[in-house]
Amino acid sequence: MTDQPTPDARLRSSGSLRRRLALQLVGSAAVLASLLFFAVLGFTRDVSQRSHDSILLASATSLMDSVTIEEGQVTLDIPYAALSMLGNISDDRVFYRVTLDDSTLTGYGDLPEAPAGARLEEPGYWTGSYRGAGLRSVTLRRRMSLDSGAAGIAITVAQTREGQQAELAALTRSALALGGGFFAIAALLALWTAQSSIRPLQVLTGVVSRRGPKDLRPVQRAVPSEMLPLVHSLNRFIERLRVSLTRSEEFIAEAAHRVRTPLATVRTQAEITLRRVEKPENRNSLREMIRAIDESSRAAGQLLDHAMVTFRTDSLERKPVDLQALAEELVGRLRPVAELKDIALVLEAGSVPPVPGDAILIQNALRNILDNAIKYAPPDSEVAISVTMDQSAVTIAVTDEAGGFPEAEKNALTERFVRGSNAAGTIGSGLGLTIAREVAEAHGGRLVLSTSSTGAGACVSLSFPLS
Amino acid sequence: MRFAILPTLLTALSLWAASLLAFEAEAQRRFGPLEAETVLKVLSTTDTALLAPLLEDFLATHPQTALDYYELGSADLMQAVITDASGFDIAISSAMDLQVKLANDGYTLRHRSNLTQAMPGWANWRDHVFGFSQEPATVILSPRAFEGLELPRRRQDLITLLRRHPERFSGRIGTYDAAASGLGYLFATQDARTSDGFWRMMEIFGSLDLRLYCCSGTMIEDVARGDLALAYNVLGSYAEARSDLSGQVLILEPQDYTNMMLRSAVILRDTAEPGLAGELVDHLLEAAWSPEGNPAYPFHRYPVRNGAESAPYRPIQMGPGLMVYLDRLKRQRFLREWHSAVEQD
Ligand SMILES: Nc1ncnc2c1ncn2[C@@H]1O[C@H](COP(=O)(O)OP(=O)(O)OP(=O)(O)O)[C@@H](O)[C@H]1O
Ligand SMILES: [Mg+2]
Repeated sequence: MTDQPTPDARLRSSGSLRRRLALQLVGSAAVLASLLFFAVLGFTRDVSQRSHDSILLASATSLMDSVTIEEGQVTLDIPYAALSMLGNISDDRVFYRVTLDDSTLTGYGDLPEAPAGARLEEPGYWTGSYRGAGLRSVTLRRRMSLDSGAAGIAITVAQTREGQQAELAALTRSALALGGGFFAIAALLALWTAQSSIRPLQVLTGVVSRRGPKDLRPVQRAVPSEMLPLVHSLNRFIERLRVSLTRSEEFIAEAAHRVRTPLATVRTQAEITLRRVEKPENRNSLREMIRAIDESSRAAGQLLDHAMVTFRTDSLERKPVDLQALAEELVGRLRPVAELKDIALVLEAGSVPPVPGDAILIQNALRNILDNAIKYAPPDSEVAISVTMDQSAVTIAVTDEAGGFPEAEKNALTERFVRGSNAAGTIGSGLGLTIAREVAEAHGGRLVLSTSSTGAGACVSLSFPLS
Repeated sequence: MRFAILPTLLTALSLWAASLLAFEAEAQRRFGPLEAETVLKVLSTTDTALLAPLLEDFLATHPQTALDYYELGSADLMQAVITDASGFDIAISSAMDLQVKLANDGYTLRHRSNLTQAMPGWANWRDHVFGFSQEPATVILSPRAFEGLELPRRRQDLITLLRRHPERFSGRIGTYDAAASGLGYLFATQDARTSDGFWRMMEIFGSLDLRLYCCSGTMIEDVARGDLALAYNVLGSYAEARSDLSGQVLILEPQDYTNMMLRSAVILRDTAEPGLAGELVDHLLEAAWSPEGNPAYPFHRYPVRNGAESAPYRPIQMGPGLMVYLDRLKRQRFLREWHSAVEQD
């Protein structure tokens, strides 16, 4: 197993969460930025327009203030400041017109008057064009009572808009810069937000995918509350899986156990019968029967052992195990079996530091390996057992002279129920190396199958890390 | 056939138009070759002789160009531009108010160059009106008339002298007729705007039998001859130009304030030679404002004011404010007041 979960071809992706989040956030940033742009632009344009208007109005008002009635005639004395104040804000062209009851008193006779406001005294504003130039104008209107009756006076002051337009262009540029800057910052924040909000997901994925294949513990890591239901379901799912696995292992163990006892009885009976029977064909079929019984009980025994291994690796106990002592004890126990085939078991063990682990499992694994060596080796050969260590691990290697593993099958031999082509005629179930491998892996170690240095047989090594 | 007739027709038309010029030029002179490729028509209120060296200097670098220089009064110039704008390329005038009004009313063309950007901002209105001289409104004194008296330095000194010695000055004071001279009107209105003392001074002038002149020339000559003891608001540049009269007139730049008139040039809207017209304007501006100057420049180069100094020189501000006194009602009212001040019978 690698750390990265291999993508399953059947799983379709509905798109990247981070990208979607980032796009949505960047999108809303764009919307907000353009809103900001238009709001600022509208506001500043409004303010600028109003300040221009107020100067125009001030000019018109000072003209209006200079209106007097002399000898029954309306006349006015334009103050110098009335027009020069307009020159102070920009270099624009200035026009004015004073009308009395629609006849021009003074100024530019063709200058259009702005439409009247809601009430007569309210100034009217107008944007238009005059003499080929854009114009903003204000018109002030008053009623005056003359000797000849009431008359309406209207004063219009207008200015071309070049200066104002330059100012508006500058305002637009700064509003644009403001909106753009806002967008850039918001987009950066959006990307950061998207990245950081999916980080818990990535962390959880890492936690789950880094697990060993047998690790069925619930996920304990703290996750954001939105992910709690998912982790909750995941944990419940793991728990169900664990329960159902345990149940089937238990079932297998139970079944094996139940089969083994009657099988033992049947075997005893068959041997007794064998001694009594004399006819060669009967003896042969009885031998066949005994062999089949041996096969079944070996299988039952290995199944039971495997179930036990599975069960114990589930919650592995880690106590210091002295592998030298363990090997010595086991070799001692198996020596009588080996001597039946005139096989010499040679143990070379220096003292090694204890490794953390489950002694029962390690013993079971080593016994299966020694079993194989004795079983597949020819009589009168030697099996060497060595216990060595390097910086990080203690290794038990078993070297025999049994001809080695069939090279083509080597990789599959540690799978369940797989037996080699060299195993024909020997009793076995194909679980021994599976047990050894699972034990090694449960301890974080490795099972390595290779050819012995002399080439005469196999070298099987089990290694266990020191910590 | 039609194509052959057209040029003839056009020539005929232009001849007809030329004969119908809306003004009568006081003088007309061609600078440069008769058979020039391009001819710039310049309307000007400035004495031909005064500007001639500068114009010839310009033509020295423009061999295929000629200038038709029409000299005329400022009101005529304005009238010529308004009624016949298409015929001319450049207008040069001392009437700042009229030049500003021409630009404001859209008869002029915008011109931008390094020189227009480098010149003082107050001498350039909208890149349309370009001031190229600073000429003070001075008091011209006859030294003989002031014998035994301390020469006045400020308007207040002058008023005091006139009050003390009415017999000596009576009938010997001259100034422009504000109603007849555009420049006189400009100076009078600027005085009225600047100083409260103006009307008082006009009344004193009036009480001493003020003599009114249409033009600076006769006024300066009368002072030189001693007929006038003083002439008020005469262009200093004109007095200085009369080198023949030096020693017979004293030029006083009042220390309280001296209005500075800016002679200005505008490029007319319908010119067929905007590039060349711009070059001529740049030539004037370079002579006036660039550090190098030009020996052919006829006016005194006053230091360019940067506001902080307390020099009495006050360049008349270019801008829409100048149009106030061109207003019909304003002008009527001002002249009425002015007349009642200076004519006391
Ligand atoms: N020491 C060995 N030399 C040669 N072949 C071996 C050796 N050990 C194992 N093998 C091959 O590997 C196969 C798998 O071994 P494994 O121990 O898993 O099964 P088994 O011995 O056949 O059955 P059992 O479960 O009863 O041990 C064997 O069938 C045999 O072919
Ligand atoms: Mg085996």
